[in-house]
Amino acid sequence: MSNLIEKQRSILDFTLSSLMRRKAKNISLFLVYSLVVFVLGSAMFFTQAMKREASLILKEAPEMVIQRLLCGRYEPVPLDYLERIKNIRGVISADYRLWGYYYDPAAGSNYTLMVPRNNPPARGKIVIGNGIARNRMLYREDILSFRGYNGINHNFEVDDILSSESELVSADLMLISEEDFRDFFGLSPAAATDIVATVRNQKELITIANKISELLPDTRPVIRDEMIRTYDSVFDWRGGILIVLISMAMLSFVIFAWEKASGLSAEERREIGILKAIGWETSDVIAVKTYEGAIISFFSFCTGLLLAYGHVFFTSAFLFAPALKGWSVIYPDFRITPYIDPYQVVVLFLLTVVPYTAATVVPSWRSAIIDPDSVMRL
Amino acid sequence: MDNHKMIPDSARKSNICMALFGVCLLLLGVMFIHASIQRRTGNAGTEHMAGLVKNLELTDLCLFTEARYTRNLSQADLHSAFQDHPSSLEHFPAGSVTGPPAGIRRINVKLD
Repeated sequence: MSNLIEKQRSILDFTLSSLMRRKAKNISLFLVYSLVVFVLGSAMFFTQAMKREASLILKEAPEMVIQRLLCGRYEPVPLDYLERIKNIRGVISADYRLWGYYYDPAAGSNYTLMVPRNNPPARGKIVIGNGIARNRMLYREDILSFRGYNGINHNFEVDDILSSESELVSADLMLISEEDFRDFFGLSPAAATDIVATVRNQKELITIANKISELLPDTRPVIRDEMIRTYDSVFDWRGGILIVLISMAMLSFVIFAWEKASGLSAEERREIGILKAIGWETSDVIAVKTYEGAIISFFSFCTGLLLAYGHVFFTSAFLFAPALKGWSVIYPDFRITPYIDPYQVVVLFLLTVVPYTAATVVPSWRSAIIDPDSVMRL
Repeated sequence: MDNHKMIPDSARKSNICMALFGVCLLLLGVMFIHASIQRRTGNAGTEHMAGLVKNLELTDLCLFTEARYTRNLSQADLHSAFQDHPSSLEHFPAGSVTGPPAGIRRINVKLD
């Protein structure tokens, strides 16, 4: 047993010396390999963590939101719809929501104005998200002036600023009183933005959504599960430009690795020939090549994965930020809670380490089984 | 191979390689442990945001504030990009990382 271990250690020593002889080639391979794992790993960690975060945060979202469509567009809903929805069996409560968007030309950004049902701000006062405060450099008691629907400027005093920890949901929020909201947007007292409803039995949610659609054909119910699924699809592994770019990088790497791994150089062939000539067995030669592939791929995998973890969870995926921010002026400053799916790590390992290791073995086996004399003559 | 007996064990390349292998495995282990600890401590922040979502009846994350239909993805018009037809070309960069919400489209086919 100890002989076997000693033999393998000696083969490993030889493999490492062999790798060191071709330092430049192997270091470049290690760097490219680590980079590919880093990019793939970063995308994987980011999407998984964001999907988890979205599902945990939105688990408290309204059970059902009922919108009204007019001419194919999303329009304010008449408040008399409320009673009709409440009368549907299985609906516990229904209430209206008031929210809308305001484009602030001074900052060049969009805000989400909203009337909270509980503890709304007093008239003339607003509570703003930390993103707005940061962007406009606002503090409590500062005055903001916005142009209303009729061209008249409305002044609002900043009453409070929402906590920075909640930026992922509140960066661009501006909480306002109902009176101010209606005055500002010119919204009739008989209309609201949409309606939220709660039902007695969660299993009946789809049935009740169907009933609402039948009773009020110009409405569109959106249930909570769909809101969460929206973010699943946004961060889905399959979707998005990141993945397209990564696929291209992956493809380039596959070609690069295949070329490096499968095509043995004349020097490597001669080395194999000499080893065979001095008495090495074919299995030993294959073991050297397997170790070579395994060492490079394992260390590249670990380096790439650890860097990806640091990138996503310590620097909030700063490399992905430009892609996510797009033209957004207000972007939440948030720290992603780490979430690692071991299954995905294993898949990444199998997709990167195993093919490369396998690709190095086949050509060396081919060289190892031919006559050493003819290999050395090449 | 007997030559190795002349070299002290600590200087053998295989030993250094195995030590590095161990360090890598250790770091991977630390990564999983760190994630698990952070998840436990980070829950307070997530719960705080979930509380805000419940209190304000929010429906979406504030990730893409560039256009109204990217700000509240789950509440967007069915065919919001260019308002023309499903999956029509998107002119905001957010459109390159978000797709039309498939779930909404599916249920509305049934409901509308």
